[in-house]
This record gives sequence, C-alpha cells and structure tokens, in this order.
Amino acid sequence: MDEICKQIRRMTLECIGSIGSGHIGGSMSIVELLRVLYFDKMNVDPKNPKMEGRDRLIVSKGHAGPAVYATLALKGFFPKEWLYTLNRFGTNLPSHCDMNKTPGVDMTAGSLGQGFSCAVGVAIGSKLKKDGATIYAIVGDGESQEGQIWEAAMLGAQKKLDNLIAFTDKNNMQLDGYTDDINSLGDLKAKWRAFGWYTQEIDGHDCEAISAAIDRAKAKKGKPSMIILDTIKGKGVSFAEAAGSACHSMSLPKEKVEAALAELQ
Amino acid sequence: MMMREVFGNTLAEIMEHDERICVLDADLANCNGTKKLQQLYPERAFEVGIAEQNMASVAAGLSSYGFIPFISSFTPFATRRICDQIAVSIAYAKQNVKIVGTDPGISAQLNGGTHMSLEDIGVLRSIPTMVIFEPADNAQLKQALPQIIDHYGPVYIRMFRKDTPDIFDDENYTFDLFKADKIYEGKDVTVFASGIMVKRAMDAAEILKEEGINVEVINIHTIKPIDTEAVVDSLKKTRCAVVAENHNIIGGLFSAVAEVAAQNCPVPIVPVGTKDVFGEVGKLPELSEKFGMTEKDIAEAVRKAVSMK
Repeated sequence: MDEICKQIRRMTLECIGSIGSGHIGGSMSIVELLRVLYFDKMNVDPKNPKMEGRDRLIVSKGHAGPAVYATLALKGFFPKEWLYTLNRFGTNLPSHCDMNKTPGVDMTAGSLGQGFSCAVGVAIGSKLKKDGATIYAIVGDGESQEGQIWEAAMLGAQKKLDNLIAFTDKNNMQLDGYTDDINSLGDLKAKWRAFGWYTQEIDGHDCEAISAAIDRAKAKKGKPSMIILDTIKGKGVSFAEAAGSACHSMSLPKEKVEAALAELQ
Repeated sequence: MMMREVFGNTLAEIMEHDERICVLDADLANCNGTKKLQQLYPERAFEVGIAEQNMASVAAGLSSYGFIPFISSFTPFATRRICDQIAVSIAYAKQNVKIVGTDPGISAQLNGGTHMSLEDIGVLRSIPTMVIFEPADNAQLKQALPQIIDHYGPVYIRMFRKDTPDIFDDENYTFDLFKADKIYEGKDVTVFASGIMVKRAMDAAEILKEEGINVEVINIHTIKPIDTEAVVDSLKKTRCAVVAENHNIIGGLFSAVAEVAAQNCPVPIVPVGTKDVFGEVGKLPELSEKFGMTEKDIAEAVRKAVSMK
C-alpha cells in the first residue's frame, strides 16, 4: 500500500477513534482517491483554502468526512490535532462535511444526493467564470439510489460539463446491507453511459489507475466524466472489512484502533 | 402590468450590470416571466428541466462560486417539494439563493389543489435564516428586488404573477425590505395583511368606516423576519387585530403575528385565511368566497376582534 494512503488511513482511524465510533467503512474506501486528488491532481493551496480558480472537491457522500479531514490535515490545511476534535461540541470537524466550518472543504453535504447537484452548479459556475478549474465530486453507490443524482446527471450532460469529474465509490454496500439486496443499481456503468457521461470503471484502490483515469477524463471534451471505483468498504482495516455493511458506522474502541494502526505500519 | 412582467423586466435591468445574477427555471419560464431573461442572457439564465430538487442544489453550487441565483417555479414546487434542498443545500450551507414561488395559495386557481401552496410560509418560516417576502403590488416588487439582492442569504419571494391592483404610488413610495408599511392609520383595530389580501383589507376598512370602526391597515410584506416593532406599536394602540392571509391560518402570517403578540402585547387576534383544508379548482372570487377570504369576511373578523376587546 502507498505510504501516503497508509498515513491517511492511520490518521482517519485516530480521528474516529478519538470519539470511539464513526463512519469508518465509507471513509476507508475512498482513501486512494483522496490521495491521488490532493497529492497529485488538485490545484489547491493549503495556506489559501479559498483561492480563486482552485480545483474543488465536493464530497456528496458527506459522511466520509473523517477521511477527508485526515487528508486535508496531512496536506496542511489545518493542524493534525484538530482530528482529535471530531464530532465534539464546538468542533470544526463535524461528522458530515461542512464548508463553513472546515478549511479546504468546498461544499456542505450530508443529505444524500444534494452535493452532487451542487457540484453540477459549481461546474457551471466555473464555466461561467472561465477560470479553468476542474471540479471533482464523490458520490456513494448507495447514494445513487437518490433520484436527485440522476436529475443532476442529466443536467451535467446537457450542459456538457467537461470540467466535472465525478467518482462513484462502488463498495456495493450501504447502511442496511448490500446494494444489490436492497435496491440494486444494476449496470451502473451502462447507466452513466446512457446518461451521456464519459464513463470508466477501475480498481478504486489502485492509485496509478485512478491517476490515469483522471487524465483520460480531463482529455475528454464536451462531456462530464464518471469514474466508477470498485472499492472495498472498510479497506485496509481487517475487522472493518470483515464486518461488511456493519462497518458503515461502527464502534472503534482504543484496542481496535491500536490493532488497526499496527496493520497499517 | 402583470407582476411576472415586472419581475422579469426588473431582473433584466439588474442583470445588465450585475453579472452575479443567474436565473434558473424548471420548465415554467413562460409562466414566471423569466423567458425573456433566457433570451437576453442565455449563459446566466437557463432551464434545468422538470427537476426542482436539482435546481435548488445547483443554485447552491453556483452561489458557492459567487453567483446570486434566482430559482423559480410554481409556489408548491419551489417550497414543499424541495424543502430539504432549501434547508440543507441552501440555508444550512449559508448560500445566497433567492427562491421565487408564483401563484401562491388560492391564486393557483384552475390548477387546483395539487398546485395550491397553503403551507409554504409555515414550512419555510421554520427554517433558520430564511427571509420570506410577499409583494402586495408591482411598485413594491420593483423596489424589493435590489434590496433582496443586497441581502446576503436565502430569500423566498411569494409572488402573485398576474395583474394586481396598485396599492402604492410608484413615485412617492419608499420601500424597506424589513419594515412593514402602514397603509391606513386607525385606532380601533389593526388588520395585518399580505399579498392579495392587502387590497381586500383596505376595502374592508372602507366598509367598516361607515359603521364607525376606525381600522389601521398594515401590510406585512416581509413575513420573516417580521417587523416586530410595527406589530407591537400598532397592537398597543388598537388592542385587537385581524390577520388576513392567502395561506392556511396555521403556520403563516397569523401565526407570525400571534407569536409577536403573545410575547409582547397579548390581545385578541382573529385570522382570515384557509382553515386547515386543501385547495381546489376554481376562480379567485369563487375560492375567496368558499374559504372565507373576501373583504366581507375580513370586515366580519374585525367586528369579532373588536367585540373581544
């Protein structure tokens, strides 16, 4: 595993562990993506989080906050000590991403489906301002059961938002079980293609594959991009992976944090 | 001139020099007076299709990029249909989005019960930071728009879209988004009214004058935040009131006035509005009669309020 990915995972564990429970599964499944975005691709300045013309990331599956916070802290947006304040009264790091509280967070999200529409709005805004920014968005596969995702998908294609690169964290699980058992998304790749998006499907835990897919997406003109990431919920933390959908949000006592940290040395 | 034309024309003038303004429509631009904006400013005024939830959150995204988006639809689809998007994408996220709902309450007329928002003020009033504005006439709407743009944060414009009687003199009228307008000075009773009910309140005052009842008529154009000072000052003087609104008497202007009165000047207040029932098809006079919202109903409510003093 890539050293930065290990570090993000360790910091995410410490972050969630500091309060004893949280959204570990969907945080761990997007670590490679966050690593590639913040350490290779995105034009951002940790010292100037609101920099005009910066690339933006909208985490529509807002409950992945802890992984985002670990990545932003590692990148230098705020002190690492903040990670130990997760979900504590008065914190700047609430369970779901909040643009008004956390430096580096570009959109408030949490009510599923909405952040993705916001990303479409942001991409239209960037086109209107002609600032050349790339807008990234992450949606969950479970989240894609929300109708609003598909409303936004249609508009993204209609507006030819080739500055919008979205990712589906396809870990095949949601809070109550497997997506296929609950309300199957069917052939997700075919769906996004049918909605007019340049669609790729790759191993979501392969940094090089993610990087190459983003490069191909950037080169594609006239269409928004959807990169489906085949991922494992709880990736890198064996007890979380073993728990299946129960790792969506789970208890994380000190001894489990220590065991998981040891795995990630 | 129809209110929607005034809305479209005023925005067209503003958009010419203010590039922050965007206008999003969900397939009702022809109805809401915004079609011409799409022709004048095709990049900033555009359709999103019949997808109001997406429209609200897309507008939030545009706001995060420094734009001031107006989203419009018929009132029920601009409010109750997208309540969570307004609460989370717009208000909670502190986005600067203006929401325009047309055909409020019974003014949806022949579109009937599905299109009659009699709960929209109640629904949005309980969302923190929302400003709720209901213009009484064209002069008020025209002056309100620049102030609404200058106010950072979500504003809901509850707009009748057709011809409305002039209440205010365009030349001499000065509007303040956060100050109520006293239309008639009176001493026996106050009628607080908004939107299409303002003219009816004025007509009721004329009827009552002949009976020797001296009515103060106040237009609460901004229902939230309500002009507490204007409400309290008037109630202290008249000691009773009627609230006339094109909305359910639960959650709307009557509730807003009663909340102020209960905490500052508890006096009898009688509501005029729909009484917790759904709407139905019909023309404005028929519906007004059926739901007890005519000037005669206001006059009767005034007599009751005065008798309760």
